[in-house]
Amino acid sequence: MQKLLLAALLLTALVRAQDPAGNAGAGQRLYMKNGCYQCHGTVGQGTIAGARIGPPRLNAQGLIRYVRRPAGQMPAFTEKVMSDRELADVYAFLKTIPPPKPSKDIPLLNDLRGK
Amino acid sequence: MARKGPVGRRGFLKGAAGAAAGAAALATSTPAAKAQAPERAATPLPSTALAAAEKSPPTRGDVSAVDVYTTDRPGADFMVDVIKTLNFDYVCANPGSSFRGLHESLVNYGGNKAPEFITCCHEESSVAMAHGYFKIEGKPLMVMAHGTVGLQHASMAIYNAYADRVPVYIVLGNIQDIKFRRSDVEWAHSVQDAAAMVRDYTKWDDNPVSLGHFAESSVRAYKIAMTPPYEPVVIVADAVLQEAPMPEADRRTARIPKLTLPAPPAGDSGALAEAAKLLVAAENPLIVAGRSARTPQGIALLVELAETLQAPVQDRHFRMNFPSLHPLSGGNIATADVVLGLEVQDFWMATHTQTPINRMGMQSKPITKPGAKLVTIYSGDLYGKSNYQDFGRYAEVDLSIAADAEATLPALIEACRKLITPDRRRAMQARGAKLAEASKAARERDIELAAYGWDASPISTARVSMELWNQIKNEDWSLVSDVNPFFSSWPLRLWDFKKHYQYLGEHGAYGIGYGAPAAVGAALANRKHGRLTVNIQCDGDLNYAPGVLWTAAHHRIPLLTIMHNNRAYHQEAMYLTDMAARANRSVSTFSVGSGINDPNIDYATMARAYGMYGKGPITDPKDLGPAIKGAIAVVKRGEPALIDVVTQPR
Repeated sequence: MQKLLLAALLLTALVRAQDPAGNAGAGQRLYMKNGCYQCHGTVGQGTIAGARIGPPRLNAQGLIRYVRRPAGQMPAFTEKVMSDRELADVYAFLKTIPPPKPSKDIPLLNDLRGK
Repeated sequence: MARKGPVGRRGFLKGAAGAAAGAAALATSTPAAKAQAPERAATPLPSTALAAAEKSPPTRGDVSAVDVYTTDRPGADFMVDVIKTLNFDYVCANPGSSFRGLHESLVNYGGNKAPEFITCCHEESSVAMAHGYFKIEGKPLMVMAHGTVGLQHASMAIYNAYADRVPVYIVLGNIQDIKFRRSDVEWAHSVQDAAAMVRDYTKWDDNPVSLGHFAESSVRAYKIAMTPPYEPVVIVADAVLQEAPMPEADRRTARIPKLTLPAPPAGDSGALAEAAKLLVAAENPLIVAGRSARTPQGIALLVELAETLQAPVQDRHFRMNFPSLHPLSGGNIATADVVLGLEVQDFWMATHTQTPINRMGMQSKPITKPGAKLVTIYSGDLYGKSNYQDFGRYAEVDLSIAADAEATLPALIEACRKLITPDRRRAMQARGAKLAEASKAARERDIELAAYGWDASPISTARVSMELWNQIKNEDWSLVSDVNPFFSSWPLRLWDFKKHYQYLGEHGAYGIGYGAPAAVGAALANRKHGRLTVNIQCDGDLNYAPGVLWTAAHHRIPLLTIMHNNRAYHQEAMYLTDMAARANRSVSTFSVGSGINDPNIDYATMARAYGMYGKGPITDPKDLGPAIKGAIAVVKRGEPALIDVVTQPR
């Protein structure tokens, strides 16, 4: 019975890891609390210190994989630092960020073109 | 008891004032000397009892028995004559008793003109103001400070100037002779070797023991400071020399030597021929500019070299070296077969990558492709010190030309032109066309990226940059703050930089606390040119010595300050997150010791407290444009103004 329970728990964890569905509100709090915004900006817009991640271009699994083993300057966040569940929440938050207005619709930016 | 001696009128050397090009003989035959008043009893220095007033309350006693000293000819007046020949516009100082004589002479004898006294609230501000001023005007300012506590305050700013190759002319007060130290204050403010503390990051110093010595060393110091590579220098003005009457013997013999600045060192012609050969033959040359433009002419020369070769220029922004929207701005070092470094202090860093902070160990790899030829023209090869390590790692290059880049460029351009055949010209033109396309595409990418977070609050740094640009683009503007990387370099990516005063580079040694005073100094230089000076001001930086806001208000220095108020020492916050993640511990503690919040600082109120216009905090991006417009109106009236903008972290 215990073995069955353990297997069920593992299966649940595996499914969640493969297709994490997170809580956007919790994700936003984690995003700020754990300093993700420091490099990526409070709405994931990206800065000179970190890539644009909102709205995300990776899927949830891709995001988690990258956070565990980042290729660039970003520190690796192990599961001790942020769990898959928490990262799924962060991903859910990033998904809520709308794409920006096209720059051609922002006069201050569009005016730069051709100059 | 009073010493007796001849004393003449002030103005004995007024004929020499301002005569920068000529030697001024201090002989009694000068018109001013002839106009001296009849001699009368001299009173060299206050008595012990009188001097104790600096620290102690007046004592009871028979005041009629106290000697009263006056002199119409203190040594400080002669020092002012020397200083006037050096043609300083301003002297920045926080007042101090060890240079009170010189202070008084500058104001009353010197007329508080050339130099005019700028009251600073911290010696670090004095030096950083001089730092910013020089980068606009190309002229050093004079700074005065106590040789002890004042210099200790000033020291970080001096190191910044040293690492940024900026001359600052520092005059230190000190009481060398122990018998003239009137109190424990003056003992504590005296030092055996005043300049020792900053000798590791100043180019030259002296401690003159006579007024004639002061004259010669002062002129020598100026010449050394203004010989590339430019650096700060120190002269000690002994307090007794300042305050005592100028000795009769000195009046007859002391001279102010003629100042002749040396021509900057240009590169060896053989080495330049070799460099030209490499550059003209290269398929993908790249020019990397550090502090290449030493003067405004340096920008035009670099454009000429780049266009002659149709080579891209990677500007590392330690100065305004190259127009930001020039089609040859950019380039990729990884594909370059010849890299020319012009006054690049960190050329090794420019050509290598190192293990990032998220990896263990420390390895470096060249960014350049195998076989790429590396050439440097660098005045830093002509001068160096060992203790402070701002010189960076040793750069292994193929051709090292120890010379001033700007002085060398005309000969290098000419050498290149002589080698360009019609075939090479066609190849270069084709290369130039491709580079122009790449430059255009990079700009389009930046415009697209700037749209992300456009309506966010805190306000995105791209939005702040564009709201600001929209208001200043038709003005004669000057951005005097470092925006790389603190502001994600947005102005450098989006604005149209062309002129030398439109970007000044950075601190030099990354000593925080530079930004606000350097901006005020730069604005002081811009004032007479009628330029609109803009400072994007980091919050952490301002809090080191915010009294410089009062200096700007007091001296009516027009300056628009836009606070980059991210409420943190943000670079350190990021590092703390790095360290916690690396140690597998909670990253949520990063703000402990790095946050500047709880309570949030109200910078608009701070500005108003110092007597200047303050607006904010602005948190809604829609409010920013009108706020900037209102503040610019204030600045155009000749006053400083500050807008507190709550911003994204970078």
